[in-house]
Amino acid sequence: MFDKIIINMIVEGFWDSIYMTLVSTVFAYLIGLPLGIILVVTDKDGVKPMVWLNRGLGVIINILRSVPFLILLITIIPFTRWVTGTSIGTTATIVPLVVAAAPFIARVVESSLKEVDKGVIEAAQSMGTSTFQLIYKVLLPESLPSLVVGAALAVTTILSYSALAGFTGGGGLGDIAIRYGYNRYQTDIMLVTVALLVVIVQVLQEAGMKLAKVCDKRRR
Amino acid sequence: MSTIIRLEHLKKDYAVGKDAITALNDINLEIEAGEVFGIIGASGAGKSTLVRCLNFLEKPTEGHVYFEDRDLAKLNTKELNVARQSISMIFQQFNLLMQRSVLRNVMFPMEIARVPKEERKKRAMELLELVGLSDKAKVYPAQLSGGQKQRVAIARALANNPKVLLCDEATSALDPTTTREVLELLKNINQKLGITIVIITHEMMVIESICNRVAIIADSRIAEIGPVKEIFARPSTEAGRKLVYPDGDRNIHFGSRRCIRIVFDGRSSFEPVIANMILDCKVPVNIIYANTKNINGTATGEMVLQLSDDEKDYEKVFAYLKARNLTVEEVRNYV
Repeated sequence: MFDKIIINMIVEGFWDSIYMTLVSTVFAYLIGLPLGIILVVTDKDGVKPMVWLNRGLGVIINILRSVPFLILLITIIPFTRWVTGTSIGTTATIVPLVVAAAPFIARVVESSLKEVDKGVIEAAQSMGTSTFQLIYKVLLPESLPSLVVGAALAVTTILSYSALAGFTGGGGLGDIAIRYGYNRYQTDIMLVTVALLVVIVQVLQEAGMKLAKVCDKRRR
Repeated sequence: MSTIIRLEHLKKDYAVGKDAITALNDINLEIEAGEVFGIIGASGAGKSTLVRCLNFLEKPTEGHVYFEDRDLAKLNTKELNVARQSISMIFQQFNLLMQRSVLRNVMFPMEIARVPKEERKKRAMELLELVGLSDKAKVYPAQLSGGQKQRVAIARALANNPKVLLCDEATSALDPTTTREVLELLKNINQKLGITIVIITHEMMVIESICNRVAIIADSRIAEIGPVKEIFARPSTEAGRKLVYPDGDRNIHFGSRRCIRIVFDGRSSFEPVIANMILDCKVPVNIIYANTKNINGTATGEMVLQLSDDEKDYEKVFAYLKARNLTVEEVRNYV
């Protein structure tokens, strides 16, 4: 059906997509996880209320989250170029992906951490835990199953963003789908890339749910 | 005995919208080292807020909390965290870390106190032994029953050798049998380890079974305070009477005739006092209410008798019971 060149291109696109998604997820978590923690801790009902910081951060996150990804992708091209030296290709795509995903992840982490029982937090405080100990010994471990489910959500969302990056020559399966399927009407190639994206999402989602189940100790 | 916790003019307000609601008002209290001190009150009386002021989980609006003569308000965060290792706490909902095994739950406070790892594990196993759960060390809290969870919480609370153990409705989520077992364990801890215990509850039964002294909280204030036996024998306030006769208003209707309430101490409850009294005085009585309980190892009971309207009969009975060193009081429509 396809010649060798096309097959090689799809295989390469597959790995490019995986690369962009995973690297972006890691960087987005490096930024989003601490932000999520700050949102929870500085909340007015949090363990260290700091209303101005909480509000300010909330507004910035909301602004970044309300910009459509395609607009963000184009708007920050100068920044992307400054960071990676180029605005096209997989590595350049990681920059807008991280910028778009970090605030999203901050909110996902925030909602996971807020699930931790207030009584458990109070108990830990009654034992004399510092705020830092409370974060890494109580909040994070206690919400681990929920954080993992959130990570599965984040990684699949980032994958779908990365496909959009094809519009600006971002590389990966989305890029192929747009160039061959959309621009050249080669529906078969588009279908194959979309099918591969579906498979990746399925695998990541399933793996995430399995992992969450394994680390959930709340079952009887 | 020395005072371990002292409260002076404690006041706690909560902001609800624009208004301030006073949860606690002018609370003065001294808790002695080594005693089991009960704080009882109806729900919403402010007792949970009070116990949270003792370890500064709630900061009082006014007044002072002294722990071993140190004003908790004057400690910085670090000093307060160290002090909290000496004032541990257990809760109605147990509040165990669900993602940690039983053993690691008990080790948790020692991690906070930076106890070396080997020592943590050794001590945690000893504590699980103490509460009778050494076989559950590797199990997760979700697999335990309520009583077992509270035992783990108690073991965890003892990890850093605290001086005070605060119990916030610790048995309220447990069935009566488990409640008795947990109270027994607390009593043992108090007697063997000499840890001062402060118990918050709405159940008189909890106070009766293990407390030495009790404070009754009503309407944000301390209504009454004293040894459990005294308060139980002679509640002097409305709030006290309500707690001592919890089902009074449901079951007892005295009518116009007069009633007396007799309180037995450990000795006399083994004598057939009422039978002898009826034979001696030749007076018919109607037993309205009777109850005996075990208070700190001695059998204690109370009984409400209805007498005829004859003044002479009444005086005879009263004198007879007084002569036997029983606490007798006349009760008129106390419900």
